Amino acid sequence: MALDILYFAWVRETIGRDQEQVDPPASVETVADLIEWLSQRSPAHAEALADRQRLRAAVDHTFADPAAPIAGAREIALFPPVTGG
Amino acid sequence: MIAIQIQREAFDPGALQADLEALGGGGVATFTGVVRGEGGLSELVLEHHAAMTTKAVRAIADRAAARWTLLGLTIVHRHGSLVPGDRIVFVGVAARHRGPALEACAFLIDWLKTHAPFWKRETFADGTTRWVEPRAEDDAAAARWGG
Repeated sequence: MALDILYFAWVRETIGRDQEQVDPPASVETVADLIEWLSQRSPAHAEALADRQRLRAAVDHTFADPAAPIAGAREIALFPPVTGG
Repeated sequence: MIAIQIQREAFDPGALQADLEALGGGGVATFTGVVRGEGGLSELVLEHHAAMTTKAVRAIADRAAARWTLLGLTIVHRHGSLVPGDRIVFVGVAARHRGPALEACAFLIDWLKTHAPFWKRETFADGTTRWVEPRAEDDAAAARWGG
């Protein structure tokens, strides 16, 4: 099922785009699985997603852990730890 | 009671505070975040996840409203391009007494720093840019309120 992926901050800059639509296989079940799968799309993806400790995610606009399931999700955002306020 | 604005435009903290004072409580606590100009900073850009930000900030506000008895709660957070001296964020809380107002205000800014989808990019006078790194002190400040 088509899934919108959004990138922010240096993840966005390194990948070179702010969003893309993907259709991961059923074996991609969690946020961590998705990051691993996306990192194989291009050298830029691999670089942006290499340091998992510096990545955070939101599934359908709610912050999510790496172990969170993505079944049924429509949008996943990947980004560095937030620095607002 | 809860008012949230995510906006590009500047805001007037005096007017926001006056609105909270008009609610009839005995205490209003406010925090205003301002862009620091140290280190030759020339611009601070706040990027955010536009579709998610209001929902995330609302969740933080709801958490405060559930924990403390409040009469009013106002959050204004800017995004876009800012320069040193610009106001970034306003948090204001009205309550019957000072305790809940002060505590809720501190909680709100601690959690805005760690639980809202904003990212800061600094540009310096020599043209270099860098993304602001999260600070362990900010995580510790947010953690003291519990999960």
